[in-house]
Amino acid sequence: MARLNDDNVRLAIETIARYPRPRSAMIPLLHLAQEQDGHVTNEAMAHIADLVGATPAEVWGTASFYEMFKFEAVGKYVVNICGTMSCALMGADELIHHAEERLGVHVGGTTPDGLFTLERAECQAACTEAPCLQVNYRYRFRVSTESFDSLVDDLRAGRLDGEIPAHGTLATVRQQIPAGRGVGAVAPESVVSNPDWFDGKAAL
Amino acid sequence: MSGPSGTWQHAPGFWEGDRPRIVTSRFAHADSHTLERFLATDGYAGLRRALAMPAAEVHGEVRTATVLGRGGAGFPAGTKWGLAPEGVWPKYMVVNGDESEPGTYKDRLLMERDPHQLIEGCLIACYAAGLSQCFLYVRGEMALAQERIATALNEAYAAGYVGRNILGSRFSLDIVLHWGAGAYVVGEETALIESLEGNRGMPRLKPPYFPAAIGLYGQPTIVNNVETLANLPWIMRNGASAYTAIGTATSPGTRMVAVSGHVARPGVYEIVNGTTTFRDLIYGDEFCRGIRDGNTLKAFVPGGGSAPWFTPDQLDLPFEASRVGPAGSMLGSGAVMVMDHTTDIPRAALTLTRFYAHESCGKCTPCREGGTWLERILSRVVDGRGTMEDLDQLMEVGQSICPGDFPHASSSDLGLAAVPFPYKMTTICFVGPSAFVPVHSALTLFRSEFEERVSRRTRIPVRAVAP
Ligand SMILES: Cc1cc2nc3c(=O)[nH]c(=O)nc-3n(C[C@H](O)[C@H](O)[C@H](O)COP(=O)(O)O)c2cc1C
Ligand code: SF4
Ligand code: FES
Repeated sequence: MARLNDDNVRLAIETIARYPRPRSAMIPLLHLAQEQDGHVTNEAMAHIADLVGATPAEVWGTASFYEMFKFEAVGKYVVNICGTMSCALMGADELIHHAEERLGVHVGGTTPDGLFTLERAECQAACTEAPCLQVNYRYRFRVSTESFDSLVDDLRAGRLDGEIPAHGTLATVRQQIPAGRGVGAVAPESVVSNPDWFDGKAAL
Repeated sequence: MSGPSGTWQHAPGFWEGDRPRIVTSRFAHADSHTLERFLATDGYAGLRRALAMPAAEVHGEVRTATVLGRGGAGFPAGTKWGLAPEGVWPKYMVVNGDESEPGTYKDRLLMERDPHQLIEGCLIACYAAGLSQCFLYVRGEMALAQERIATALNEAYAAGYVGRNILGSRFSLDIVLHWGAGAYVVGEETALIESLEGNRGMPRLKPPYFPAAIGLYGQPTIVNNVETLANLPWIMRNGASAYTAIGTATSPGTRMVAVSGHVARPGVYEIVNGTTTFRDLIYGDEFCRGIRDGNTLKAFVPGGGSAPWFTPDQLDLPFEASRVGPAGSMLGSGAVMVMDHTTDIPRAALTLTRFYAHESCGKCTPCREGGTWLERILSRVVDGRGTMEDLDQLMEVGQSICPGDFPHASSSDLGLAAVPFPYKMTTICFVGPSAFVPVHSALTLFRSEFEERVSRRTRIPVRAVAP
């Protein structure tokens, strides 16, 4: 699989329609591609380029700026351990060292069974719960070496399958604008006035 | 304590008590994120009141309340909205939910725990300022926040709180959930707009200084922080005068502050603006209850990783920009990081400098090169491979990013007077200077720790080998 499949094309078209300019949907579409294949393929980027009216090089230019996009296969679980100040003060370096030993890979590496990719991450906005980590962007807080080990065991045994989807899936709930409820996006040059409710009178 | 999805929950009772709660009032409820709980606790009542008034009056109410921006710069929201030119349309709102400044943890909580409050705030702001569409940009790594907001928006659209003819009125507005993909600098408002246009998230050259003039697609665009907007429903329900009755005239209301590091009870607290002091927050019984294990305080970062450091000398300063600025730092994004006496200061500084060096977008040379230099030199000092010259070199590299006097706190021990905030800079945004902040603070206030590191080094003399 490489180009977006039919379901995802439908989602892509729906997403693009929410923005005044199609190109604004580029990052959400890249996430969709990553959700489909676990990482972003060249074929998917070319397809996205067609969908939003950009060149493949422009899509690559944008995609390569953002750390969450992976361009080759990564583990089913990407484990991001925060190493920024608050976590470092609470033992993040020791935790990262322990994780490297436990998983048998260095930071940046993927285990031979393709299950885990280990990364050192930057502040995850959970600084009061240090040291913390994310598995596929789902949090674990105040992680000790013991709780890290049991997390790895649980993931290996599939006990967290319900809570933590494979890498690529971010939010499991999507925004849906019911037909007839949305205002609809209009290209800025096609807007000819302020919104009609903005006329100096109360709206209600 | 772990809750659903491993989400850390503050201990029972944490959110109760009689301190004023403007933005965290629903956090004591386990179902605070649902529409049902929201409606049972005054939800969308502020919006209803706003829509019964002409937009200009709503804008006036927010202007009078003086809601200082909570994203870092502290610019009053009502004033910012007024910077958008009249007679230019469409205008847009971009909500900054990219929270990633080291130490900062409040917007995520507001998005996960009370998404409807944020949605109500967005609606009030867009109504008051006559904005045509609202984009809610959530940090990519926050899967739960994205889910909670998506669910809340779906509920709100279905129930007529967002979309066409909101509450049966003439007011119509779409709110689009958008999410990022991992880049700290995208939190800078012009980079946020670039990212939302589908580009690499690099800050734009200034001027124009405010996207309120030229922003998304070149149109006037208001960028506000999540917490800033979360204040609006309360203000519309209770009035600006109730808001300004809390806190001080220059810093009204409350603000959320995350306290992390070596305190006995780290957590996110809603404190009274302008009057609560760092001592109250770090030592107070209702807040952090002192330093862990009965240790002593060595230093603290008062406003997120970009803020110059304070020491116990500054504990009695209140959360008031006009007091903290002259003392050499800033309140920034409401993030206090506490270091006790066991802290290895050069190493702590490195964790921040590494962050900013790593997050440089590469657009300006002093940041791209300087940040990396700072990180490399500091790394070798921390590893015991540094020299005395390295310490001077650190300051010299910093001077190329921020020429002239650099802000720092006073120190009674060292007989130092404060140099007030802010600094001069040679870069487009604050990422470059922020790489230097921890280096400068640590070297100025704790130089002996660096010198000790350097002199412990075993010197291997390097001589030219004679041919
Ligand atoms: C490097 C950098 C990162 C920033 N990150 C954030 C952020 O994550 N969230 C945020 O709200 N503001 C952030 N800001 C501040 C924004 O540029 C902007 O001032 C703010 O979103 C405006 O909202 P406010 O007026 O409501 O505070 C950042 C600024 C800089 C220079
Ligand atoms: S200061 Fe750094 S992050 Fe900011 S625009 Fe310049 S290079 Fe990019
Ligand atoms: S420093 Fe680790 S979450 Fe903020």
